[in-house]
Amino acid sequence: MGEEPKVDRLIDARNTFCPGPLMELIRAIREAKVGEIIGVLSSDTGSKRDIPLWVSKAGHKLIGIYEKAGYAEIVVQKMK
Amino acid sequence: MSMRKNIVIVGGGPAGTIAANLLAKKLKKEEASITVIDKTGKHVYEPGLLYVTLGDQDPKGIVKDEKDILNKKVRLIVNEATKIDTKKKMVEVKSGDRLNYDYLIIATGARLCPEEVPGLKEGAYHFYTIEEAIRLKKALGNFEKGKIVIGVGGVPYKCPPAPAEITCFLDYKLRKRKIRERVDIHYLSPLPRVFPIESIDPIVKEIFDKEEIKYTTFFNVESVDPVRKEVHSLEGETIGYDLLILIPPHRGSKVIEDSGLGDRGGWVPTDRYTLKVKGYDDVYSIGDATDLPISKSGAAAHYEAKVVANNIASEIKGIESHDKYNGKVICMCDTGNKAIYLNFDYDHPPKPGHPRWIYRLLKLAFNKLYWHTVAKARFL
Repeated sequence: MGEEPKVDRLIDARNTFCPGPLMELIRAIREAKVGEIIGVLSSDTGSKRDIPLWVSKAGHKLIGIYEKAGYAEIVVQKMK
Repeated sequence: MSMRKNIVIVGGGPAGTIAANLLAKKLKKEEASITVIDKTGKHVYEPGLLYVTLGDQDPKGIVKDEKDILNKKVRLIVNEATKIDTKKKMVEVKSGDRLNYDYLIIATGARLCPEEVPGLKEGAYHFYTIEEAIRLKKALGNFEKGKIVIGVGGVPYKCPPAPAEITCFLDYKLRKRKIRERVDIHYLSPLPRVFPIESIDPIVKEIFDKEEIKYTTFFNVESVDPVRKEVHSLEGETIGYDLLILIPPHRGSKVIEDSGLGDRGGWVPTDRYTLKVKGYDDVYSIGDATDLPISKSGAAAHYEAKVVANNIASEIKGIESHDKYNGKVICMCDTGNKAIYLNFDYDHPPKPGHPRWIYRLLKLAFNKLYWHTVAKARFL
């Protein structure tokens, strides 16, 4: 999946269960300006399913999911 | 030169109070002076707000004077901290007084910002302050039929399970009143499930399905129309209501924003293990004030306060101590006649377990014991 994009804000939600990585992403997206890129680090495998689902429903853009050792970096751009 | 260290704690909620009382137990008078700055001087046991709203809890029972909870060695200043200057190592309060510190603990909590969602203040109820809990209790008492919609106005918010908790509890109360068949309960979740923790979600969903509680997922509130009685989501959906319960958006404390110490939401960037504010060796942050991606809850505040008090006291005594916060949170989610018990940390995910009456009994007991045990740092 090409070169990893530079993020404007990185949220480390690894090993946290409540409220969880998606809620942290929603918070960051609410606080971001349109066009900004947010990266979320998550060790929860459910995030790789939940986050793209929400991003598509809310009309933002999934830039990519980058697998790391024991976690994934999920990168999203705020579109509206 | 005096070796006595000044420890200043901003905020007298559970985090600041427990830290102050633990430090007072660990340190002699000649080793440190401990000061708590609190805006109101009143300590509210916030888990009790649910019981003010739906139970018979007297609001007076969930508030005490902070001075009566603090160890006698702790000095309490009832005043609003208006500026934290980490270069000069000083905290300024509204009256103009300045306090110098050697160690600072930021325990300034979260601030409710209903104005951030258009129409929320006019159109919705909540139960996150005593006044609002009483207002909601009255509205629910007068409610005979129609549609009650429950959700959150923004993230993060204190106590992630609280909206699902009040939903189940309300269902139970309406059944007791024998009016449940005339009332629709509709739950709005910002996530793709009804409960924040995925492994617990099927258990809560089972309750929702059995009790005919409707729900809409991926509903992040954007605005409320109090005239048409509708709530709109940023995902583009609209839902009508007769009575709306919406937890207002939260931000970090004003003093954090005014001092340039917060992130975009006013939360203090904090190391998840040492609880030191990032970039500082003498400033700590605990409780709801931090930017940590964990539950904003009294339990997290309590375990964090223990780590910070231990490390500061050891440092003052010249003992090596590198206690780390392990992310521990305990939660008892009351569903009306039973409760779900959750216990987890960074390395141990919550274990799914069904609601049991014994956990509810423990929660009700803890609501009373809090004042005599945890708040006073006894048996910790």
